[in-house]
Order: sequence, then C-alpha cells, then structure tokens
Amino acid sequence: MARAVTTRKKAAYTALAWAVGLLIFFPILWTFLTSFKPEATAIADPPVFLFFDWTTENYGDVQERSNYARYLVNSIIIAGGSTLLGVLIAIPAAWSMAFVPGSRTKDILLWMLSTKMLPAVGVVYPIYLISRDLGLLDSRIALVFILMLINLPIIVWMLYTYFKEIPVDILEAARMDGASLKNEILYVLTPMAVPGIASTVLLNIILAWNEAFWTLNLTTVNAAPLTAFIASYSSPEGLFFAKLSAASTMAIAPILIMGWFSQKQLVRGLTFGAVK
Amino acid sequence: MATQHSKAAARLMISPAVVLLLGWMLVPLTMTLYFSFRRYTPLRPGNEGWVGFDNYQRFITSSSFLDSVGTTLLMVGGILFITVVFGVLLGLLLDQPIWGQGIVRILVIAPFFVMPTVSALVWKNMFLDPVNGLLSHLWEFFGATPVDWLTQAPLFSIILIVSWQWLPFATLILLTAVQSLDSEQLEAAEMDGAPPIKRFWFIILPHLARAITVVILIQTIFLLSIFAEIFVTTSGAFGTRTLTYLVYQRVLESQNVGLGSAGGIYAVILANIVAIFLMRIVGKNLDA
Amino acid sequence: MKKTIRALLGATALCGLAGASFAESHVTTLTIATVNNGDMVRMQGLTDEFTALHPDIAVEWVTLEENVLRQRVTQDIATNGGQFDVMTIGTYEVPIWGAQGWLVGLDDLPDEWDADDLLPAIAGGLTVDGTLYAAPFYGESSMVMYRTDLMEAAGLEMPDAPSWEFIREAAAAMTDEENEIYGVCLRGKAGWGENMAFLTAMSNSFGARWFDMDWTPQFDSPEWAATIDFYLDLLGTYGPPGAANNGFNENLSLFNQGKCGMWIDATVAASFVTNPDDSVVAESVGFALAPDNGLGKRGNWLWAWSLAVPAGSDSPEAAKTFVAWATSKEYTALVAENEGWANVPPGTRTSLYENPDYLAAAPFAEMMLQSINAADPTNPTIEPVPYTGVQFVAIPEFAGIGTQTGQEFAAALAGQQTAAEALERAQEITEEEMDIAGY
Repeated sequence: MARAVTTRKKAAYTALAWAVGLLIFFPILWTFLTSFKPEATAIADPPVFLFFDWTTENYGDVQERSNYARYLVNSIIIAGGSTLLGVLIAIPAAWSMAFVPGSRTKDILLWMLSTKMLPAVGVVYPIYLISRDLGLLDSRIALVFILMLINLPIIVWMLYTYFKEIPVDILEAARMDGASLKNEILYVLTPMAVPGIASTVLLNIILAWNEAFWTLNLTTVNAAPLTAFIASYSSPEGLFFAKLSAASTMAIAPILIMGWFSQKQLVRGLTFGAVK
Repeated sequence: MATQHSKAAARLMISPAVVLLLGWMLVPLTMTLYFSFRRYTPLRPGNEGWVGFDNYQRFITSSSFLDSVGTTLLMVGGILFITVVFGVLLGLLLDQPIWGQGIVRILVIAPFFVMPTVSALVWKNMFLDPVNGLLSHLWEFFGATPVDWLTQAPLFSIILIVSWQWLPFATLILLTAVQSLDSEQLEAAEMDGAPPIKRFWFIILPHLARAITVVILIQTIFLLSIFAEIFVTTSGAFGTRTLTYLVYQRVLESQNVGLGSAGGIYAVILANIVAIFLMRIVGKNLDA
Repeated sequence: MKKTIRALLGATALCGLAGASFAESHVTTLTIATVNNGDMVRMQGLTDEFTALHPDIAVEWVTLEENVLRQRVTQDIATNGGQFDVMTIGTYEVPIWGAQGWLVGLDDLPDEWDADDLLPAIAGGLTVDGTLYAAPFYGESSMVMYRTDLMEAAGLEMPDAPSWEFIREAAAAMTDEENEIYGVCLRGKAGWGENMAFLTAMSNSFGARWFDMDWTPQFDSPEWAATIDFYLDLLGTYGPPGAANNGFNENLSLFNQGKCGMWIDATVAASFVTNPDDSVVAESVGFALAPDNGLGKRGNWLWAWSLAVPAGSDSPEAAKTFVAWATSKEYTALVAENEGWANVPPGTRTSLYENPDYLAAAPFAEMMLQSINAADPTNPTIEPVPYTGVQFVAIPEFAGIGTQTGQEFAAALAGQQTAAEALERAQEITEEEMDIAGY
C-alpha cells in the first residue's frame, strides 16, 4: 500500500520534473532543430517541429564564410589558458587564507570580490590604450591575462570555501608527523582538494568561454574566439534564422558537451561554502 | 596556532593574487579617474583639457541618469527574484525521487552554457519576435493577439532572458543545499503532522538561507554588468538603459570618454554600495 | 621591385621548407573590416579571385554586424590602434575622418579604375577638399517599394512621385490585419543609422531641419512636430506589430514574406525583393520615388558603403590595391558572371546605368539612379543649414545624439510616451550634447 503511493508520487514528480526540464531546455532544442531547416521552413507558419527536409546546408554556408576551426581553437586557448593561469595563482592564495587565516583575511577576500564590480565599459579605453601601447591588441596573451584577472576573485573564493571544508585535524596530524609545508600541500591537501579544483576549473572555463565584451573589443582576426564568430551572424539581410541557428549551435556545442560530460564534477564543488 | 614561519609563507602565497588584482584595479581605475576630470573626445582631437568636476556634474544631472539607476536596480532585482524563487522550487523538485534524474538535471543546467549573445539572439528572433517568433504563433494558436514583447514589455523580456541563463546556476547551488538537509528532522516534523507549507517555511527555508545569500551575491556581481543581452535586444531603448549601458553609450557611441569615465566612476560607486550591503549579510552568514 | 622578389621566391621555393617560410614572410596580409550585408558577404566569397591576381597579398576578413563593426572601427581609428588595413565605412564617417587626416587619400588609384565614372553625388560625399578618401562599394538612396498586386486590388495606382498623403491613403487601403498584411513598413528601431536616418530624410520633405545656422537644435519647431505626428500615425496605424524594433533587415524579411504593402527604404533592397530565391513577392514589386509634401524636397537619403584605408595601416599600398579591385568595373563584371547582373553592387558608377545587360536584369535601375541623383547632401533641407548630410549631420557627435534621440522616438512609437514628450526629450538631449561639444 505504502509502496503504491510512493510509486504514484514518484511518477507525478517525474512527469513534473521532465516537463519543467524540457521547457527550460526547449530554446536550445529549437535552435538545434532550426539549424537543420531550409531558411523558408525556419519561419514557416505554423512552425514545423520535426517533419521537414533535414539539411546540413546551413552549416556548409557558415563554414564557407568563416573559418570555424580558428575561432574554436582561440576560444579553447583563451578559456583554458585563463582558467589554468588563474587556478595556479589562486591555489596558494586560497590555501593560505583557508589554513593560515589572519585578522584581515575576510577583508582581503571581500576586496577581491569587489574588484569584479569594475564595469568593463568604464575601463575599455584605458585597457585598449594599454594593449595598443604594449602591442597586445588582437593577441591571445592579452585576453588570457584579462579574463584571468576578471575571474580570479571567483576562483579564489571558490577554492577558499572548498579548502575550508577540509578538516584541519588531518593537516595537524600531518604536521605532527613532521611533514613539511610543501609535502603538506602536495600529499595531503591536494588529493582532498581535487574535486573542488576540478569544479572551479569547469565553472571558470564556462565563464571565460561566454565572456563577450573583452573578447569582442580586443580582437580582430588572430585572437578572435567564438563570441566574435557569432557577431557576424546576428541580423544580416534577408532570411537568417536557420543560419543563425547553425552558427549558434556551433558556438555553444563544444562547451555544452563539455559541461554535460563533466556535470558531476562541476556540481560537486559548486557550493561557494553555501552548505555546511 | 600557526607558526611565524607558516604565516610568512602564507603571506608570500597570497601575494601574487593580491598584487595582480591590485594592479588590475588600480591601473585602469587611475586612468579612468584621470579621463573623468578631462575633456576627452577622441573624434574631436585638440579639444582636450582639464574640466574639474564638470563631467561628474553633467553625468548626474543628465535626464537619463536617475532612470538608468532605477532600471539597473529593477533589472537586477527582478532577475534575482525569479532565479531564487524558481531555483528553490526546482531544487526541491529535483531532490525528489524521479526517473531519469540525471537527464533532467542535464536539461535544466543547459542554459548556463549558452553565451549571452547567443541566448539574446535566439530569444529575440526565434521566440519574442511579434511576427515570426514562436511565442506569437503560440498566442495565435490560442486565439490571442501576439504580444510585441520587446516593445510592450522590454524590461520583463530582458529579465526573462537573463533569468533563463542564470536559473541553472541558482538551481545547482540550491539543490546541493537541499540535499544536505537533515532528512530525519524533516521526517520528525512530518510525523508531528506539520503541513508541507510549515515544513518548508520553518525547516527548509532557514536551512537554505546561506545558499540563497551566496546565489544573490555571486549573481549580483555578474548581473550589475549585463551588457550583451541589452545590446542585442533593445540597444537600451524603451527604458532598458542600465547604468552600465548608459556608460557604454557615452564612451563608445558618443565617443565622449571624459563624460563616460565619470559615469564609470559612478558605476563603480554604485556597485560598491551594493557590494558592501551584500557582503555585510554574506560575511555574517559565512562566519556563522 | 615586386617582380624581382617574385623571381627570388621562385628560386628559393626549390629549397624546400626554408623557402616556404621565406615566401610566407613576404606575403602582405590585409585585415579587412566589413559589414555582414549580402553584397559584402559576396565580396568575401570572391576573395580567391583577388588573391589569384595578387599572390603576394593575403586577405583576412573581420565580418561583423553593423553596430558592432561601427563601434570597433571607430574606436580603432580614434585611438590609432592600427588593427585594420581596410575599413568599410559610410558617407557619415568619411568626411569627418578624412578631414582629421585619419584616412589615406585615394587620388592615386590606377587610371583603369576610372574615378570619373563614379556618380557625382556619391563621389561628392566621399571627397574632402578635393581628395577622395574612400571608394564607394555600393551606393543607395531611398525609395518606395510596393506590391503591385495589392495596389491593384485596392483600386489605386502609384504615381512615380507620390506624396505623403497618398502613401497614407494607400497604406489604409492595403492593410489587412486578418491576413497579416500591413500597409506600410518603415524603420522604427532606434539608432542614428536606423529610424533617425529615415526620420531625418523624411523631415527634410516636411521642411524641418536638425539645426539652424547657429547650431541651435530645432526639435521644438512645428515642422518636426508635423513629421513625427505623421510618422507615428502612419506606422502606428498601418504598420506591422513590433515596428519599434524593426530596422532595415527586419523590414526586408517582412516584405519578402509578403507582409508589407509598401516599404520605404534603401534602394539597395530592390535587388533582394525582386530575387525569387529570397522573396515570395518577387514578381509583383513596383518602385516609386520617396514621397514629398510638395515643398520642394523629397524624403530620400544618400548613402554609400565605401572602402577606406586608415592612416594607421601597415600596408597602405596593398590595401589600396584591394580597394581598387573591389570597387572596379571588373569586380562588377565578376559578380555579374557569378551571380547575375541583378546582384551586382549598385549605385556607384555611371557606366553601370548605361549597361544594357544591367538595365535588362534590373527593372529598378532607373528609379534607383533618379533617387540617388535627387539627393543633395550639401543642400539637404528647405531652410539653410550649417551642416552637410541628408539623413545625418556630418559632425562627430551625431552618432551619439542620433541614437539617443532615436530611442525617444522609438519609445513614442511603442506607445510609451507621446510625440510631444519625445520631441521635448530629443530637444533636451541634443542641446545637452551640443553644449558638451562646445557649439
């Protein structure tokens, strides 16, 4: 009897959850489907859902116009590079804040977060002029640095909250055993921190991948990532829904696939100290 | 507890991050401050000079300033409200036993991976368009007059788009918090005959308070600088001009860098007011 | 000199890898910024034809949406960033940037390029103090495009030179909201190059002007009030839903789907709306001059998307070679060969309008030429003005002012404020900005 109720309850929850999930996912699904439609079908009234002449010509058109691979490689280098660099700088900082907290640790942390509030549009001229004078316009290095700096506060904070959850007893035990600082970090802390670091890396790759102000303003050709790629497909002349959908799918597919495959790792550390 | 040695080491380890962020903050900020006291219109060279607080005064007395601050707060507040409320509900729902939980979770978090530019373009053209958009077809199907979203409800439309992108983030954090809830406590309350609403209000919600503050803090940091969504959909028309967008119009559209820089400084001040306010709450919550 | 290098290259190429890297280092790479409009995308598609002629030049394209492109090139030119070798800019930017010395003069293009063949109205807009600073890629004015079948059904006949009053009458007769047919589609989207281009040109035919001879903004004049009232009534009553978000591209798409009775916009659209591949109404489109009010000025503008070489370019010579190629008669012939005569970039050269092949393929050619010739950027309004430009004011502040005032009129179109409020705000904004600029 009790079991029957549970099953019915479970069925109801399942139905509701799937309905909500599909509703939230629908815009992406629709974009994906539209990308395989001929332009005229894409705006058909009433809209067609699945039964149309599937075609890949939109992808062909997009590829013919823009060298997708180059944009993709730039996105990977910029998002990956800035994240790795950021994590390398943030790990020691977060470690010392979590395990050797001083009286001003919290202030430093909050100050770091406040630098993230600097509005990009307000400093676009200074950054553009500096990049120009250093010969760093349209270079991946400049973007790796800038995106690293933008996301550094988030990285530090995520790692800090994660490190803080590591029980101090274990560290003290290691110290008793005479482990040096280096060994303490290398053999005791790191293995315990891997899930937190993994989810920090993933979140920041997503944030850097989707950053669309600096990546658009400081690049022309050599360093242009997928955000610039998409800027050439918004509202051109004539019918464009299908081509826009194809370009959109190409721009988001890599990060979406990465996100899906690693969602367990992403979720595990994504607490920002919200859970005790 | 910590030795002198490890304290020194700690300081050393934290310094790269601090120095870099200090540089990142100070160099552009100093230049922006410098520009903000000058007349600087790159398209009209030879016009430069010190103007004192002129730019600040002009920016704040301009008819668009107060509107833009109001719009900013309304937009950020609206998005926070939607993502938190629906994030809690979704978190609770996804915590229930359901078939295909993994797949549903994947569906729900997907929007977080979509670039703001792409999501704005897709929503604007394929959903909100009053003639060819999917929503207008839906409205017509039910015999209603299609809504012209971006002109009749522009602020709501942008809030909708951005909320769609950030709902997954809120849901994930809140779901983790829900999962950490002590189920015995809930069961005990259920035994005592506490109705679901009461259980939610007195047990679940207090438990989620910390997670909610974290969601609010992180999202606010990102939401204060929303740009692409406004640029793509309304370009700041119809009362969707936030402070960030107003600064953009001054600096890049009007190419008045002096005036825009003064606006940038105001934006920094506003952001910090919001930040201090938030951090007091979060700081308290994190200490507890 | 070039030949020697090429000969040297040929010799060294035999040396394998070393030769290859040597050769590469002697190829000049041009970075070209352009708009994602159909004609430019076509040009990008023909890049190989250019590099086949000039193996020592490689071309990289930065194709961006119009607003993004404008922001990028303006910032680059203002800071002398040197990111681009060729920029696609318009009649608004060229005189301002040319006068600042930010563009390379194009007077020394080869004789075959035939500068004398350019339409005088177009070339005039790109010339500062007798020097041509940009080569026109395509030129346009604006005109009325209408559905001949709907006009017939409504029992009306479009004159070659209609009045605004007739446009309103025809719009009323053609509107059939049941079937999603709207009498008239006009630009409503805010932006100096969107609704303000249309409104400024329209206001000229109503006797209005942006500034008087002392640079005092004129939005408080009865002429502007008449313009805005008429526009809001026409588009608000007979226009499509969401008109306040429709720019050129949105209206093109609506017209091609058969949802507009009339569309007053850029002449360059004529080849799109008559192309059966894109347009379901290709067979039944007629053309007329932009409307007037009998005051002596019509509401048509003048614009030329042009290729210019910024002074900060590292390779101005190679850049000029490209500009000359892309704006030459040979390029026109190349496009005609690949895509048909109706698809060549129009509105720049006299010879095109004397070409029987083009005239046969483009029924709109004559109306387009008449419209272009009817626009007078140096004398755009009925009362005298201190500025040049038909649908813009050629001062650096205009882009900012135009976009902000455009947002006020778009808000009025969306019903968020009255025409009087919009005009008052526009006047305020313009006064504010002109004060800052030091007028």
